[in-house]
Amino acid sequence: MTTLLSLVVALLLLWLALWTVVARDAFVAVAGFVVYGLLLSLVWVRLAGIDVALTEAAIGGGLTGALLLGAVGRLRGTEAAAAAERSGAGTRAFAALLSLGVTMVLALCVLALPEPAPTLAPQAADNLPATGVGNPITGVLLAFRALDTLLEAIVLVIALLAVWSLAPDRFWGGRPGPRYAADPDGVLSYLARVLPPIGIVVGLYLFWAGADHPGGKFQSATILAAMWLLVQMAGLGDAPRIDGRWLRTGIVVGPLAFVAVGLLGAWQAGAFLGFADGWAKPMIVVIELALLPTLVLVLALLLNGAPARNSGKMPAGDGGR
Amino acid sequence: MNVETLFALCACALVGIGLYGLIVQPHPLRKLVAFNIMGSGVFVLFGALAKRGAAAGMAADPVPQALLITAIVVAFAATAVTVAVLLRLIESTATASLANEPPSGE
Repeated sequence: MTTLLSLVVALLLLWLALWTVVARDAFVAVAGFVVYGLLLSLVWVRLAGIDVALTEAAIGGGLTGALLLGAVGRLRGTEAAAAAERSGAGTRAFAALLSLGVTMVLALCVLALPEPAPTLAPQAADNLPATGVGNPITGVLLAFRALDTLLEAIVLVIALLAVWSLAPDRFWGGRPGPRYAADPDGVLSYLARVLPPIGIVVGLYLFWAGADHPGGKFQSATILAAMWLLVQMAGLGDAPRIDGRWLRTGIVVGPLAFVAVGLLGAWQAGAFLGFADGWAKPMIVVIELALLPTLVLVLALLLNGAPARNSGKMPAGDGGR
Repeated sequence: MNVETLFALCACALVGIGLYGLIVQPHPLRKLVAFNIMGSGVFVLFGALAKRGAAAGMAADPVPQALLITAIVVAFAATAVTVAVLLRLIESTATASLANEPPSGE
């Protein structure tokens, strides 16, 4: 029964992937990709990765889908020109052969995997009590492999800088994207008034529950960022100017606090990002609290894109609010 | 066949499908979607390996699963940067072509 369900999910996933890749229209392809992301979360549930499933649904399906849908809208005019460059039959046959070959080699590797499988689960289980958190994933992210998470936070900030740096010079320091205006009595404005309070509570719950149950700062930050974007798209709030001092502080506070905790560990426990006895849980909470604003801001601003307008000719010092 | 082998084989096919789209589709946005599918194939393969590592009362090895969460977030960041580059390309050349000769008129 469960195997049958997995088989159906796997076949559906393959069909959707194929459909997304060969679809004629870019909008259809992106819509297919969003559904594909949601189906992928089901795969993660089947593979016993509830935390991964939550991240996939929120970021892989949700945020990436929104990003690509926004891009499709602005790329409309360029599709016809691209269609003229369509690959010839020879290229397609070569690509099909190459893809088939790669799949075959990978499949052979999968079938030749060693038995029993190597695992770090026993070590993680043995050392989890020392961290004071109950969710092994959170333990790995913030204690055993904290360096990965620190570098990830830095990668996110660098990605945001890369997006901002694509702004034309005259818009540097301005606001990203168009100023949205929605019907104040419309359903979008209604949702943007009703949903955020609920979304904020759910987001903060996921954040706090992540210590012992599936959830955590990434899933939580995605929901909070989505609420902020909803308010922007309903025209109830505007995207922030990217030269705001508070905004920039919020963006770097997470990585900086993380590095500070790491240095404290170097002094207290003798290793960068090491935790002295009994200090693990409070330090993990400090890191998570500092990372949350960074993640919310960076995820939302990555979706907003590069600055594209200056709200009025503002003299230096005028915040433009 | 158990669940992890099934999805591991499915992941191999996803990598192939993504690679095909990456080569064949001319529009950069379509290439980006195809590349994301290829990447998700790699993720599912890694997730199946995590499931194989179930031990010590855990349903799966938590270390690769935690790395997967990191990977998904970083993939989103990379996609966002690519989309921003693409939009800028169109803004400055009025075309999304990746062809070798520069578009005429600009």
